[in-house]
Amino acid sequence: MTITEKILAAHSDRDEVGPGELVEARVDLVMCHDVTTPPAVSMLEERGMDRVFDPEKIVVTPDHFVPNKDIRSAELARRLREWTRKHGIRHYYEVGRHGICHALLPEEGFVRPGMVVVGADSHTCTYGALGAFSTGIGSTDLAAVLYSGRLWFRVPESMRVVLEGELPKGVYSKDVILEVIRRIGVDGARYMAMEFTGSIVGKLSVEARLTLTNMAVEAGAKSGIIAPDEKTLEYVRERSDEPFHIYTSDPDADYASTVEVDVSSLEPMVAFPHLPSKGRPISEVGHIHIDQVVIGSCTNGRLEDLRIAAEVLRGKKVAPHLRAIVIPATSRVWLQAMREGLLEVFVGAGCAVSTPTCGPCLGGHMGVLAEGERCVSTTNRNFVGRMGHPKSEVYLTSPATAAASAVAGRIADPREFLC
Amino acid sequence: MRGYAHVYPRDHINTDEIIPARYLNTDDREELARHALEDLDPGFVGKVKWGDFIVAGENFGCGSSREHAVWAIQGVGVGAVLAESFARIFFRNAINTGFPAIECKGISRKVEDGDELEVDLEAGVVRNLSKGEEYKFSPFPDFALEIMKAGGLLEYLRGREG
Repeated sequence: MTITEKILAAHSDRDEVGPGELVEARVDLVMCHDVTTPPAVSMLEERGMDRVFDPEKIVVTPDHFVPNKDIRSAELARRLREWTRKHGIRHYYEVGRHGICHALLPEEGFVRPGMVVVGADSHTCTYGALGAFSTGIGSTDLAAVLYSGRLWFRVPESMRVVLEGELPKGVYSKDVILEVIRRIGVDGARYMAMEFTGSIVGKLSVEARLTLTNMAVEAGAKSGIIAPDEKTLEYVRERSDEPFHIYTSDPDADYASTVEVDVSSLEPMVAFPHLPSKGRPISEVGHIHIDQVVIGSCTNGRLEDLRIAAEVLRGKKVAPHLRAIVIPATSRVWLQAMREGLLEVFVGAGCAVSTPTCGPCLGGHMGVLAEGERCVSTTNRNFVGRMGHPKSEVYLTSPATAAASAVAGRIADPREFLC
Repeated sequence: MRGYAHVYPRDHINTDEIIPARYLNTDDREELARHALEDLDPGFVGKVKWGDFIVAGENFGCGSSREHAVWAIQGVGVGAVLAESFARIFFRNAINTGFPAIECKGISRKVEDGDELEVDLEAGVVRNLSKGEEYKFSPFPDFALEIMKAGGLLEYLRGREG
């Protein structure tokens, strides 16, 4: 069996499961945020089913439209807050202590190997980087799992993504996942578990791995997963005393397909509008004038990402015509970035630095685009209208490429800026 | 179910096009319905009639987990989405809400905008009344049918607990 099949079997009291089987699995951890949770709570209330299976297994953070952008989003956040109080949900991260959910939960030690995790957000697949089965669900699924602690799953086929070679200068895990999605397309792993393996994965930090699994959903996958190794265990043990179980795929496990990428020949990648699969190597990009840069999000707003961006921006200025917005993904990342002097680098270069929020990634607030504007962003989607006007454009890159582009005022090769 | 087809043969019609995030500051379904498909076809809400169908290409509903996408098109009166294939969270959300998301191979090439269709969920058949054609689709798995018959996942859950 694969790691995914083993975790799902263990959580549904089965010895074995295979792709296509329906299982009803126990859920160990549920992630809730301000957009998709209030409707789930209303559904339960309307049906007289207003209870939670275990308040200790629910983690809540408002992150999409906070600090509240308007009256309606404030109402959503209030409904979320009141619900956590009513049910004694301790793990609630109020604004100021909050973070973008998919950065916050691993950082706070909630995610551990072998768990089944769900969240009412498509990028919940991120947590698979720690060896958990983790997937995004909608509000009705969320209501069901909050009520019962269980959820039905179709056991997914697994796709093996083998990453080998040496990462060249200026090429990061974001470039690697953009290349994988370029090859297989935005539905290349539809309904599957993408299992990342190969020597490169071992060399990547846990933070960089979280970027890989974060974007599994952009290839249509149900989940992304990475078998735990020493780095995983060190990361988890620094953050949690709770026990966990390590699963790994059997050598003879069945995979629906295998994708092999030799990363040695990769260049920094740029995904063109309007699909994450429209990646091009930076040498084929040409001159593209941009109006805004966003560095942040659940994909690339962790400390390592900010360090890389600061390395490019140190002592430089962003182009006069351009807005650069830097958003540390969690309050903890924000504080550490301040202590390390990263925020000073950003502000000194002429960037706006924000409190954690998903804001601009989904065209919510804090960096919405006008008609015809172009943005280079370290986020995960560049669909039509994703960051604002339907006639605006989003180009997805790594933090290094985004920072270099902010200085150049056009899409730029970060290798010219790195020592 | 009987209604007229609104055909968007493109692949990867995503949740940002189905209900842009600028409207996610509410979960009021009537409000969401007013913006259904707004960034794909701003004229859609003005022309769709109760019981009509959306016909689309591969991977319909990819992107966000927002169930608001299902609520918006359901709320504006769409009876079902007939697509070559669906993104998984959208498909789950549709089943859980009791909304038919029907995977029907070749449909985006066979049906023309404005064709009158009849969908028979039990038989797994789409009848094109305008063209006199029939298209078969794979019936839903029993489990999904039970949820849809119950009226959604929560009703199913409650019914099971008896």
